[in-house]
Amino acid sequence: MNKTDLSINFAGIKSPNPFWLASAPPTNSGYQVMKAFDAGWGGAVWKTLGVPVVNVSSRYGSTNYRDTRMAGLNNIELITDRPLADNLKEIEEVKKYFPDHAVIASLMVESKAEWQQIIKDVENAGADGIELNFGCPHGMCERGMGSAVGQEPEVLNTIVQWVMEASNIPVITKLTPNISDIREPALAAVSGGTDALSLINTIKSIVGIDLDTYAPYPVVDGKGTNGGYCGPAVKPIALHMLKELAGHPDIQKTPISGIGGIETWRDVVEFILLGATSVQVCTAVMHYGFGIVREMEAGLRQFMSDKGYQTIYDFAGKAVPNVLEWKNLNLHYKVVASINADKCIGCDLCHIACDDGAHQAIALPENGSRVPEIIEENCVGCNLCSLVCPVEDCITMERRDDGSRFESWEERTLAGNAPSSFNDQRGGGVGHFVPPPADALKTRRKDRSGIRNK
Amino acid sequence: MAEFKRPESESDFLENFPAKKPLMNKSEAFYESSRCLYCYDAPCMDACPTHIDIPLFIKQIHTGNVEGAARTIYEANWFGNACGKVCPTQELCEGACVYNHQDIKPIDIGRLQNYATEAVMQSNKTLFAPGPDNGHKVAIIGAGPAGIATACELRVLGYDVHIFEAKDKPSGLTVYGTAPYKITNEEALREMDYLQNQLGFKIHFRAPIDSPEKLKEITDNYEAVFLGLGLGATAWLGIPGEDLPGVVGAVEFVEELRMTKHSMRIPDRVVVIGGGNTAMDAASESARMGAEQVYLVYRRTKQDMGAYDFEYATALSAGVKGVFEASPLAILGKEKATAVQFKKTDGSTFEIECDLVIKATGQAKQGKFMEMLPEITLDAKGRIEVNESYQTSAPNFFAGGDAVNGGAEVVNAAYEGKKAALGIHQFIQNKTV
Repeated sequence: MNKTDLSINFAGIKSPNPFWLASAPPTNSGYQVMKAFDAGWGGAVWKTLGVPVVNVSSRYGSTNYRDTRMAGLNNIELITDRPLADNLKEIEEVKKYFPDHAVIASLMVESKAEWQQIIKDVENAGADGIELNFGCPHGMCERGMGSAVGQEPEVLNTIVQWVMEASNIPVITKLTPNISDIREPALAAVSGGTDALSLINTIKSIVGIDLDTYAPYPVVDGKGTNGGYCGPAVKPIALHMLKELAGHPDIQKTPISGIGGIETWRDVVEFILLGATSVQVCTAVMHYGFGIVREMEAGLRQFMSDKGYQTIYDFAGKAVPNVLEWKNLNLHYKVVASINADKCIGCDLCHIACDDGAHQAIALPENGSRVPEIIEENCVGCNLCSLVCPVEDCITMERRDDGSRFESWEERTLAGNAPSSFNDQRGGGVGHFVPPPADALKTRRKDRSGIRNK
Repeated sequence: MAEFKRPESESDFLENFPAKKPLMNKSEAFYESSRCLYCYDAPCMDACPTHIDIPLFIKQIHTGNVEGAARTIYEANWFGNACGKVCPTQELCEGACVYNHQDIKPIDIGRLQNYATEAVMQSNKTLFAPGPDNGHKVAIIGAGPAGIATACELRVLGYDVHIFEAKDKPSGLTVYGTAPYKITNEEALREMDYLQNQLGFKIHFRAPIDSPEKLKEITDNYEAVFLGLGLGATAWLGIPGEDLPGVVGAVEFVEELRMTKHSMRIPDRVVVIGGGNTAMDAASESARMGAEQVYLVYRRTKQDMGAYDFEYATALSAGVKGVFEASPLAILGKEKATAVQFKKTDGSTFEIECDLVIKATGQAKQGKFMEMLPEITLDAKGRIEVNESYQTSAPNFFAGGDAVNGGAEVVNAAYEGKKAALGIHQFIQNKTV
């Protein structure tokens, strides 16, 4: 293994590695942050300091999928409810023990005077940077803070300017995903002078309803409120928003700290490939503890070694140019599904997924065999069968075009060759085989028990 | 010393016969049910003789609809709980699980089935109710799995159902003839109570139909009769010494064990003759009751045995020794059996000394009963012939279970009983129109 250097300099904040704890319950105290640094985390964004709050009891709700607990987590906990003085004292102590680790103070206050005062306080305590919490989508937003700011680019821009006036340490602006175009608040933060961006904060959510009391989770005395959603379930949304910023000409020079469902080294690499140069983790730690960083670090090092990278900057953003607009994709690229009959176990999920959920391109043989057959002329190459197949490498998508032709929708349109009316013969589905509607009733599933008509 | 201590008490007995398919707890059921792939047109359903919608009930367990799961099971099979325990699931549903093709442990379907059915029995949930009285009466002879299944189904359809049973307990071989590590007496009988409480069929115990007069009374009073006769006593081998004390049939042996449990005394040395599942049970049980030495002797090769591989493995694990390609010539002894003489395939002979000989060489048919019904056609093997509605050659007589299939699993009888009930329903409806 070659020597990999995981250290980063994120907008002037130095950290021995890109693994930071997000501002959240795991960074509520100096005890937790020290324990995390000792476990291998490079940085921590302290649980948001700011206006006084009171928390409720019953604070988290989760989305479980089959046997997977906490595929998504939502919380209605507010910013820190501990006295500012205690937090400042602990920040100072942590920095004494871990001078080379990054301690970033997350802040949320209201007035210009409050912002400028609290910045002085955390600077004096020895914080390496500041993160502005413009993301919290529950509770605090009702008081005009958190996501209420993140959703108003002008207000956000003003506050960033107040902060930049006062701050002598790097400032990260944390964005809320509860907005239709993430680029707007990001541009407002950049024009306000922010040193860096971080995203995503949690997503407004209701994770479930109690079927006996009809109250949303988490239940507070028979009632509930929307929470902020996070954990593995939100990763795809985070990755997309990250790409929106990393691919934007006016934003891409600003360092971005990636947040949202990160749990494994694979997640870390994906965020870095889409342009993040530090990552922040919360839910995975709330689920498994600080020890998960070992798997993340070992995996990241292995990946970098395998690919020949010395630092994360060697591959940061490498996936960004590959994310295009749909209109620029090659319409001549053609893949079809292929089933490896030796590996097939005969669950026939691919058949039913294709027949009911896609393009009727997977048939069951007449001879009673349970190994399905691809009807290539019907296969549009959608991937669905390969996604539902429970056997590793059993269904693969194989390329059928020879790779010599490229034509995008945009090019077609410019060449005047795109379908332009509803029944235009140049349309994609023209000539595509679809069984006659009444065939649906011929293949009706037989009632095997055949015993009693219910 | 023998592998097992002779049981002195009920708890010793249970210790020697621990449940092979113990009840799952809620977490285990949750995680096990999450593994089901929900196959399309699932092979497990095909492999189940009653075609329970297994993926559906597993998903119902997983989503917390345990009552719905139990309903799915019972709608297909009235012996839902018993079958989860006594079925050779390795050979049926679990054997068909597609995970086997990937060398992954199949879904524990039998135990999930028990989990769901146990839950509704424990909470005494009412899942079924008799249909509105349709004014028709049906008699059932034999309260085994076939008879009870027929009764349940007919009650749902609104029939007045009377079952005539020679013995004093319902469920037939489920309680009298299976190994105690598969299902206990209490478990078997509790399911019968559960069904009877909901459906209210009437069982007349100790009511053998053993004379033409009694049979006539039934045919006079009921519009249709279901024969759930099962099989008879262990068949005779036709070798010298077979009538000596110390020679028993396997079915009779298992029945005594089930009814008397630890009070039954098994001598030190046992020879079991036969290669079917009942032979395996009898051998296993002898060993588990504390016999020092149990030989299982079969006339052909190990591969030829009718028993499932896992049943032989179970016997071996209890300390039973298998002897193959040896046919019994005679049972030796003066006052009582003291040895069995066998002939090997090369013609040479040998003897195994013993104190008890268990013949597990098949059961006779209910020939004597059938003599009262000459109008019913039997096949060459003495099995009752039926059409697809399980109707015999005498139109008002239907039949199912071992008397028809020659001896199969509880699940087969449960299915046939159910189908016969629908046949009876159609027969009576056609007659009335």
